[in-house]
Amino acid sequence: MVRKTVVLVAALVFVFVTSTGVVNAQSARDYISIVGSSTVYPFATVVAEQFGKTSRYKTPKIESTGSGGGLKLFCAGVGVEHPDITNASRRIKGSELEKCRQNGVNEIVEVKIGYDGIVLANSKKAKPMKLSRKDIFLALAKDVPDPKGGESLVPNPYRTWREVNPALPNKRIEVLGPPPTSGTRDAFVELAMEAGAKKFGWLAAIRKQDKKKFQAIAHGIREDGAYIEAGENDNLIVQKLDANPNAIGIFGFSFLDQNTDKIQGSFVDGMQPTFEAIASGEYPVSRPLFFYVKKAHIGVIPGMEGYLSEFTSEKAWGPDGYLADKGMIPMPDAERKKYRADVSKLRVLTALNN
Amino acid sequence: MNEGDSKGNKVERKTIDIVHQGLAKRYRAERRFRLYGLTAILIGLLCLVILFISIVGNGYKAFQQTYLELEVFFDPALLDQHNLSTADYTGLVKSNLRTMFPEVRGRSDKRQLYKLISPGGAFQLRKMVLRDPDIIGRNISVWVPADDDVDMLMKGHFKADVAESSRRLSDKQLAWIEQLKEQGKIRKKFNKTFFTAGDSREPELAGIWGAAVGSFFALLVTLLLSFPIGVAAAVYLEEFAPKNRWTDLIEVNINNLAAVPSIVFGLLGLAVFLNFFGFPRSAPLVGGLVLTLMTLPTIIIASRAALQSVPPSIREGALGVGASKMQMVVHHVLPLALPGMLTGTIIGMARALGETAPLLMIGMVAFIVDIPGGLTDPSTVLPVQIYLWADSPERAFVERTSAAIMVLLVFLMLMNAAAIVLRRKFEKRW
Repeated sequence: MVRKTVVLVAALVFVFVTSTGVVNAQSARDYISIVGSSTVYPFATVVAEQFGKTSRYKTPKIESTGSGGGLKLFCAGVGVEHPDITNASRRIKGSELEKCRQNGVNEIVEVKIGYDGIVLANSKKAKPMKLSRKDIFLALAKDVPDPKGGESLVPNPYRTWREVNPALPNKRIEVLGPPPTSGTRDAFVELAMEAGAKKFGWLAAIRKQDKKKFQAIAHGIREDGAYIEAGENDNLIVQKLDANPNAIGIFGFSFLDQNTDKIQGSFVDGMQPTFEAIASGEYPVSRPLFFYVKKAHIGVIPGMEGYLSEFTSEKAWGPDGYLADKGMIPMPDAERKKYRADVSKLRVLTALNN
Repeated sequence: MNEGDSKGNKVERKTIDIVHQGLAKRYRAERRFRLYGLTAILIGLLCLVILFISIVGNGYKAFQQTYLELEVFFDPALLDQHNLSTADYTGLVKSNLRTMFPEVRGRSDKRQLYKLISPGGAFQLRKMVLRDPDIIGRNISVWVPADDDVDMLMKGHFKADVAESSRRLSDKQLAWIEQLKEQGKIRKKFNKTFFTAGDSREPELAGIWGAAVGSFFALLVTLLLSFPIGVAAAVYLEEFAPKNRWTDLIEVNINNLAAVPSIVFGLLGLAVFLNFFGFPRSAPLVGGLVLTLMTLPTIIIASRAALQSVPPSIREGALGVGASKMQMVVHHVLPLALPGMLTGTIIGMARALGETAPLLMIGMVAFIVDIPGGLTDPSTVLPVQIYLWADSPERAFVERTSAAIMVLLVFLMLMNAAAIVLRRKFEKRW
């Protein structure tokens, strides 16, 4: 009986000691933990690897959780069990900032790192398409303005590109694009579809009165088979485009850049998606990329200043930098200077309207 | 037909005739049935063969990597003795390239020249200098990895005879590569990096070793936890548990757990191990715990079947010569049931090796470059590595994904083969 109790007590003590030991291992975290957008992931990983190989610190660990998921984990609190940095392919929302403050994450440094272009590409076996954003809206929206005229919406009746715009080829509308969970989809509907919808006067008026109603109209994408949700695997979309020259795919510029032998980008509002056009802002479908840093973790987690200075160095995010080689569009000189200064001073984000 | 025969003879002949007629039909049906079975097996094998041919066809080229030979002069002017770690090794590579191609002028042309070599070249030179600072001032011939675009050209994935705008390599770069080929300075060698390096954003520097070590640690934790617990649970349920409603409930639940989708175990791991106990995220320890939960039902069910297959005469005989119940179970029944238990364990481990979904929730789907040193270091596993590479835009990752799939399949086949061998060798037929 005594022997049994001794064994039981020893087992409990062992479990207790190992659990605190493991928690101690967590509190001695010596690598940077980064979460966030799958669009910024390819660029953040290059910087992390470069930083890990050229400094004495461990390579930061980067997870691709999506912008929303990353901000949720980031705003959960301050401490070694929470991530240090989150990547985002959109700005932080007011509600997320509020949640951060509620959980004690008060000092956040916002850093814009560059731009990413969203391209509509098709196989090189077909001719390049010359689209306007109005064409894109009419071809892909769930409900479009009545073709007969007037100010009512009807379910999208267009089957071919020629029906949308007589100047376009007589091919069936077949677009492979990101699913609703993707940040690329959010950016695409905001930049291309909203701009196309605004071209209709009465829709622009609705936007002034009731923004949510306008967004519901502009962000709705048709579900009758003309728009095919091709998942998050952009390599798969490229393969499908190669097999089907009539289809068009929607993905980030880096995939176009890596596959120029198979696919070509469509013109949008007269601009071809080239590096220079996106950098100058002439190609309209591009969005800024950010990451957010917890100031409270700097000094506790080793290496954070080194990672930040590597990311904001000219050899990383400059026009001749290695991130540009990977397909990221760099910011103009003035913006780079501003954000580099913000990072060196660790300027805290106070309000979202600057 | 003789009407004069007795009634008996007439009836016999008719029956035999009927039987003979039916026999031909029965033989035909049996042959058709065998044919269906053979066809089913052949279709299954055909699918398997197509799978292997497509994976091996896509991946075998990844076992070679293009290297360039550089005559590196370790310039003491560039390498400051006190700051060897942070010296400009990229500049060293660039200056050596300029020496090899002195006719290249102009910033844009020089950038194209530098792009022929992977960033790994600079890291390789840095390691050489840090290991042996005496080489500063000497001229050494070093084979550095080429950039992944050059590698794809050499392996035939990129065509050289299309228009320049459709290529990732310009005309000038193609001309330099031709020149290097004539001089014998560009060659394909065995891709050792694939087996020794961790993950990387550059395909020519990426390897599966980090993921393999992470898989090993996670499976080690799974084996050490799930085998004892599973066997003990099976022994209790089979030998000691009273036959009442509680035991039935437990049995039904264990059978259900074996069919639960694996991602549910990941959610459980996130809620219990990460949020409640506070274990480190992305550690093989947590991965192993989640995989333990997943393989436990499989091991319990297989072990119970093994225990049931031991004939009752063994048990009664042991009790008859005076063994206690505990001695009977541990000394007589368990050793005989062990081969079946091992088979079930190995099959459960093979399933755990290929799992990705439950590890997604606990943070093991991440970009991790360093090789994990212990159970609490962040790591990833082999199937996750395959998934991450399949999502990368660089063309060279396509073949590396297939090569990693080949490595994973080899491990799985070895494990399943071990299970079959064990079963054949130790199985006792009663």
